[in-house]
Amino acid sequence: MIAAIAGRELRTLFFSPLAWSLAAVTQFLLAWIFLTQLDSYAQLQPQLATLESPPGVTELVISPLLDSAALLTLLVMPLLSMRLLSEEYRSGTIDLLLSSPVSMTQIALGKFTALATLQIALVALFSLMPLSLLVGTDIDLGRVAAGLLSLALLLAACAAVGLYLSSLTSQPTVAAVGTYGVLLFLWIISAATSGGEASPLFHWLSLSSHFHRLLSGLVSTSDIAYFLLLTGFCLALTIRRLDSRRSQGAAA
Amino acid sequence: MSALISIKNLYRHYGDYCAVNDVSFELQAGEVLGFLGPNGAGKSTTMRIISGGLAPGSGRITLNGIDLMEQPKQAKAQLGYLPENPPLHRDLTVDEYLVYAGRLRGIGKDKVSNAVSRVKEQCGLNEVGGRLIGQLSKGFQQRVGIAQAIIHNPRVVILDEPTNGLDPNQIREIRKLIQNLGRKRGIILSTHILSEVQAICSRVLIMHKGSLAHKQAMTRPDNGELLVLELDNPPSTEALEQLPGIARLETLNPNRYQVQLSEGCEISSLAEQIVNRGWQLRELSPAGHDLEQVFTRITSLEPEQ
Repeated sequence: MIAAIAGRELRTLFFSPLAWSLAAVTQFLLAWIFLTQLDSYAQLQPQLATLESPPGVTELVISPLLDSAALLTLLVMPLLSMRLLSEEYRSGTIDLLLSSPVSMTQIALGKFTALATLQIALVALFSLMPLSLLVGTDIDLGRVAAGLLSLALLLAACAAVGLYLSSLTSQPTVAAVGTYGVLLFLWIISAATSGGEASPLFHWLSLSSHFHRLLSGLVSTSDIAYFLLLTGFCLALTIRRLDSRRSQGAAA
Repeated sequence: MSALISIKNLYRHYGDYCAVNDVSFELQAGEVLGFLGPNGAGKSTTMRIISGGLAPGSGRITLNGIDLMEQPKQAKAQLGYLPENPPLHRDLTVDEYLVYAGRLRGIGKDKVSNAVSRVKEQCGLNEVGGRLIGQLSKGFQQRVGIAQAIIHNPRVVILDEPTNGLDPNQIREIRKLIQNLGRKRGIILSTHILSEVQAICSRVLIMHKGSLAHKQAMTRPDNGELLVLELDNPPSTEALEQLPGIARLETLNPNRYQVQLSEGCEISSLAEQIVNRGWQLRELSPAGHDLEQVFTRITSLEPEQ
């Protein structure tokens, strides 16, 4: 069932020009960033060579690239997630799901799987650029893997947030705006400082602090757990919302 | 055998507004139940509740003996539902959509293409299988909507205004389809068209302001024709009942009767007998008007709010 729902959703995503244009635009922007980073690295290289333990290409090119990729997809995500449930409410196709022998959990997971699959495809596309450096130089594959993992976890969490906000309204644009708000807020929340130090709570809540720690190659259980918790929490909220919508009636 | 659908004391409130008020009924296999009522009477709400799209305030719903609240998945597997607005994905082709609907309804991957071709045949969708649903005419979209409701061969089919927006030819085809479906299944059908109820339903329920206002069995055409008879100078009921050609008689009001012709009796010979006896025939018409009268009487008791 989950596969059937996810398959239908992916079909719609890929039949509309939206997914393709977003993939093309982000890929183009990232390629530009990648090339400029690479260029400046090439210019810096003579000076780097004089250092005792110079930072490698992974640190100077790939990590910043993945960082930009994260920000870009953060901006793209709400556009992909906004229609997931809002569109079903609006066009009445939710009735097909509700009258079928599927549970709310399966609906939520099916939708989430579709978006997550799309994201894995995006991350795979992004990863081709850093991996292309393998042709000419050695890169720290462990660190690249950590970076890709962090990106995938971040995107999964964003997808779950987007899914929940999409379940709240029958207006896709409202869902998109809400998702932007929540994601950007979670991204910048650690900027709130008291006396130069970020408050530990805000620091812990922040998407960016966990993401950057993973990106720097520090794979710790607590950071992974944070993303998984956020994802699970939003999925649970979505399921609850679908249930309560059924008992409240059509108030969308 | 237990009833296919059994509804007991169903209530549903929207805030203070009571949309469904103590509705109970049963439906047996082979029955087509017509659901009538003015707009806002609670027909669609009732149907949505039975389909699982809306939780009931209170009450018990069993589909084919399975409780909808306790075992929603098993109960919904028995059910096909066409809401007022067909739940169509406009960006899929008819084939893709039906495969999706079939998979959702629990048809295995290997069997789904058979089910799709069967249902396309039944609903006359063979030529449009490869076209996008969004580009189809309203009539075809409605048929796709019916197709998704019956793709998994459900025992219970709920159709909310299935002939809405169709042209007369299409309406006739859909009615035929519903009658065929109704042979083995139980069908609930809502409509505004009274003649439709008479054409295809075996029983009718009229809802008004959330409550069931009227239940009536529709006589099947093969039991002899149903007529309304009005006389200006009526004899006693017994005398009328003894008239050859009258199988059953029901008094509607002192001068007005509902009459069922016995088989093989012509309307003209009945009229002739009545005239010969001097009972002053005023009206002798198909009982189509009867349902309409019932409907108007029930639904216009109180002024609309």
